[in-house]
Amino acid sequence: MKENIILKVKNLSVELQGEKILQNLSFEAREGEVLTILGPNGAGKTVLLKTLLGIFPYKGEIVWRKGVKIGYVPQRLPFIKNVPMTIEDFFRLKDIPEKDIRNILKEIGLGESSKKEIGKLSSGQFQRTLIGWALAKNPQVLLFDEPVTGIDIKGERTVYSLLDKLRKERNLTILLVTHDLSVIYKFSDFVICLNKISVCQGKPKEILTPQSLQRLYGQEVKFYQHIH
Amino acid sequence: MEQVLLSLICGIFIGATAGYLGTLMLSKRMALVAGPLGHLALPGIALALIYGFDISLGAFPFVILGITLIWLFEIRTKLPMEALAAIVFASGVAIAFLFLPIEQAERALVGDITRVSFKETIFTAILCLLICSILKKIYPQIVLINISEDLAKAERIDIKKYNFLYLGAIGLIVALGVKVVGGLLTAALVAIPASTSRNLSRNLFQYSFWAAFFGAISVVFGILFFRLTNLPAGPLIILMSALFFLISLIFKR
Repeated sequence: MKENIILKVKNLSVELQGEKILQNLSFEAREGEVLTILGPNGAGKTVLLKTLLGIFPYKGEIVWRKGVKIGYVPQRLPFIKNVPMTIEDFFRLKDIPEKDIRNILKEIGLGESSKKEIGKLSSGQFQRTLIGWALAKNPQVLLFDEPVTGIDIKGERTVYSLLDKLRKERNLTILLVTHDLSVIYKFSDFVICLNKISVCQGKPKEILTPQSLQRLYGQEVKFYQHIH
Repeated sequence: MEQVLLSLICGIFIGATAGYLGTLMLSKRMALVAGPLGHLALPGIALALIYGFDISLGAFPFVILGITLIWLFEIRTKLPMEALAAIVFASGVAIAFLFLPIEQAERALVGDITRVSFKETIFTAILCLLICSILKKIYPQIVLINISEDLAKAERIDIKKYNFLYLGAIGLIVALGVKVVGGLLTAALVAIPASTSRNLSRNLFQYSFWAAFFGAISVVFGILFFRLTNLPAGPLIILMSALFFLISLIFKR
């Protein structure tokens, strides 16, 4: 494997309960890169992340760099509110020293809220908690599945600036599922347009044309390219 | 040793452990499964009553059989866990009533903690301590599995192993619980104290602490009311537990 390649996926196919979810997907992720997976609902984005984590069976090749640690931020955790739990409690479910918990909470800007109940957090705070939780054991890779709904604009901005900050500080490789084109332009190095198969791949500004998006979503998508 | 003291010790251990376990079952909406398992224990209880051995010993293999059946059915079909549990439970009750001596029926159905022996008490206390220490060890992992199996898998937690230990603990508690409240009321022993605690707690420590506490004092008050009224202790224990739940609603956060 080439030196800076951290993940190599070749001819990946996933079939769940007889339904073909992903077909013949190939891509590579380099160290420190933000790779975005873009696609309509049901395109297999979440399934792809979960397959990379080893949750679903697959055909083809998934090769992670040896010894690589992966953190995972799921799209939603609906059952977490069934349990009375503070942010601190949630982090204690992971086997890490108290000192590390305090540090990571500070890093995600929730140092003062460690005794706050998870069920009472705003959606932005909850997102940050999940990111911190995923990073608590210092992984080199973060898989981030963006929630479809629920985070307000201000919360969303904080989440992405936090991700950007953490990436720079830790030289993280991030695989990101998002619907937000502006996030991709600002934040992402490489895009995979996914609709069961890979519709297009490349640098955001090069490949995200109205034509390719129309092919991906099957209808016209109005968007404005951000030129900075 | 005086009988009431033995009953109290035995009941406190079982009540507290069942309450503690209940906090895990509540978070996975599994509390009602303990009910059917208690019912399924009835044939075992009936055998124990006929041949005169400890009813927990009779109940345990049947509970394990029940857990295995539900687990197998769940793999084989797509029916929800509750439906499967209901099938297993009804069969358990039906089989029990084929040969349960009718004069012993009350003891089998609603338990009788007021007759435990010294040996039984010691055995129960040791077993409860063992269950508690296992639960304490697997608690974080089970909470995580309850919240999201995907997250647990991403953490490389061996879900099968932890579920196995967890189900084993449930089996043991149900087998002990039938001694206190019988085959019909075991679910309440697990579910009510945890629900009461859920109303009052802000964090995980409080949640398990208050569940164990309310589990224990429900048994204490139940046995005391039995001494005063001579009504069966099992139902009194459950009613005390329900009363604490109602009171907790006033303080619900």
